[in-house]
Amino acid sequence: MTAARHRGRSILLTSGLAIALAAVLIPFYWLVVAATHSSGEIFDSPPPLLPGGHLAENLQTLQDTAQFGRVLLNSLLIASIYTLCAGAVCTLAGYGFAKYRFRGREPLFGLLMLGLVVPAQVTLVPLFQLMAELRWLGTYQAVIMPNLALPFGIFLMRQSMAALPDELLDSGRMDGCGELRLFWKVVLPPMKPALAALAIFLFLYQWNDFVWPLIVLRDSATFTVPVALASLQGLDETDYGAILAGTAAAAIPMALVFLALQRQFVSGLLAGAVKE
Amino acid sequence: MTVTLTGSETRAVPSQGAAPRTRPRRRVAPYLFVLPALLLFAAFKLYPIGRSFVISLHKTVGGTERFVGADNYTRLMGDPLFWTALKNTAVILAVQVPVMLALATGLAVALDSTLLRGRTVFRLGFFLPMVTGLVAYGIIFSVLLNKDYGLVNWLTGLAGLDPVPWLTDPLWAKVSLGLALTWHYTGYNAVILLARLQSVPAELYDAASVDGAGAWTSFRHVTLPGLRPALLLTTVLSTIGTLQIFDEPYVLTGGGPDNATLTIGVYLYQNAFKYFDFGYASAIAYALAVLIGILGVIQFRFLGEKS
Repeated sequence: MTAARHRGRSILLTSGLAIALAAVLIPFYWLVVAATHSSGEIFDSPPPLLPGGHLAENLQTLQDTAQFGRVLLNSLLIASIYTLCAGAVCTLAGYGFAKYRFRGREPLFGLLMLGLVVPAQVTLVPLFQLMAELRWLGTYQAVIMPNLALPFGIFLMRQSMAALPDELLDSGRMDGCGELRLFWKVVLPPMKPALAALAIFLFLYQWNDFVWPLIVLRDSATFTVPVALASLQGLDETDYGAILAGTAAAAIPMALVFLALQRQFVSGLLAGAVKE
Repeated sequence: MTVTLTGSETRAVPSQGAAPRTRPRRRVAPYLFVLPALLLFAAFKLYPIGRSFVISLHKTVGGTERFVGADNYTRLMGDPLFWTALKNTAVILAVQVPVMLALATGLAVALDSTLLRGRTVFRLGFFLPMVTGLVAYGIIFSVLLNKDYGLVNWLTGLAGLDPVPWLTDPLWAKVSLGLALTWHYTGYNAVILLARLQSVPAELYDAASVDGAGAWTSFRHVTLPGLRPALLLTTVLSTIGTLQIFDEPYVLTGGGPDNATLTIGVYLYQNAFKYFDFGYASAIAYALAVLIGILGVIQFRFLGEKS
């Protein structure tokens, strides 16, 4: 291939992908624009293409109709607690399965992985009844508890832990380290990138989760962001300016956090994703 | 993969008395590490799975559960709405999933190309929709695709096209659902495929080009076989995801118009949490689980045989 032809192809490919990417990102741009317009303006013809001046008003409406400050706080709290607890459960289990040889290891791990293929809907009704029996309906723990042992998280952690050299553990043991201290002092520090990836994944998963919170949360004061937004959309007089401001408030910070941490996230996720 | 930890190690004994104490502890330790996960899993996954089956054999009559055997399943077989939901789900599976995976494969190959400038920006950008929650993008799309006021119809109107009833016409509603799904998941699948692509040895491409293979031939004989395990993974994940699909139709179209986007997931939800017919909903859930199992086995047979 000549240099000129090579350059020509390079420009062609890059600009082709740039157009595709622009198409993919239009909804994000439009979300930001729409969040700053009133419901009436959003449905003007021609539609607004640049940001307007109604953001504060939209957020105020959101606060008045859906207690959106409280809703954001609920989401933040639930996602944070979930990330911490599920992170601990998945990391401990991943380590146990990756670095110890014990009776029943394979069947127990296989059992957990069953959770990946059994559709969530199968457990929806009995889980709801279980929550009712525990008198947990409407509470945070009803949202948080059922998914703590997330099969994908355990899988991810087992893959990452397997890469940890056994010599490291053995030398720790030779220094007289107990098993729990070994985990805390020797295993966790080098696992930081994998833990970061797991944390981002868990937080995003809980932040965006919809069906389960929708089912167990009763009172609008305990709603999470997706549940609150969906309930607003169901109203007869839907204020789209307000809804889209709420959507932006929920989606844009997540996108920014993800952009900042994406290198760790993608590499951490892929460490577990593609194995033969 | 894992080094045997029990048995006769030839390691030095650190200090007196330490070895006999640590050994039994080391035998118990792994169980303690995996115990929280197993307990939670048993309580919130295994138990509900079993109970779901029991519920599916019951019917709630006047507040009490009555055993009805296979009645719910018999009803399912004769329920036209269930078949509509099944058909809709199958259409998405047959049309949207292959289109999306083909797009993702093309995207992964493009992102892997040395001809591409600014690869990081592209990788990031295409992955971004995945971060957006289902409700959020459902709302965004429902406004963008509004027939009278949406941005999309305004743009196509500039090109002189008639407004498209994206969400209110049975056929177009399916197209809209497919568009939304493709927007959301293509980049994610591309990143999985890309990771696999990067592990295909460069020598294979060199060898192909020495043998005089063109771009298409080397794609067919080097890239595609190399991608096989990742393609299997993305196909299985997309199939499972599509069969369970709920959020998008629920937010975007509510299953309408005229049940055109009613999926098994939405139908299950309606029966359970709108009509509170838990027995029937559980029967739908089990039918779904069986479907996923069958399709999973077929796909592993079909795509996994050579890897």
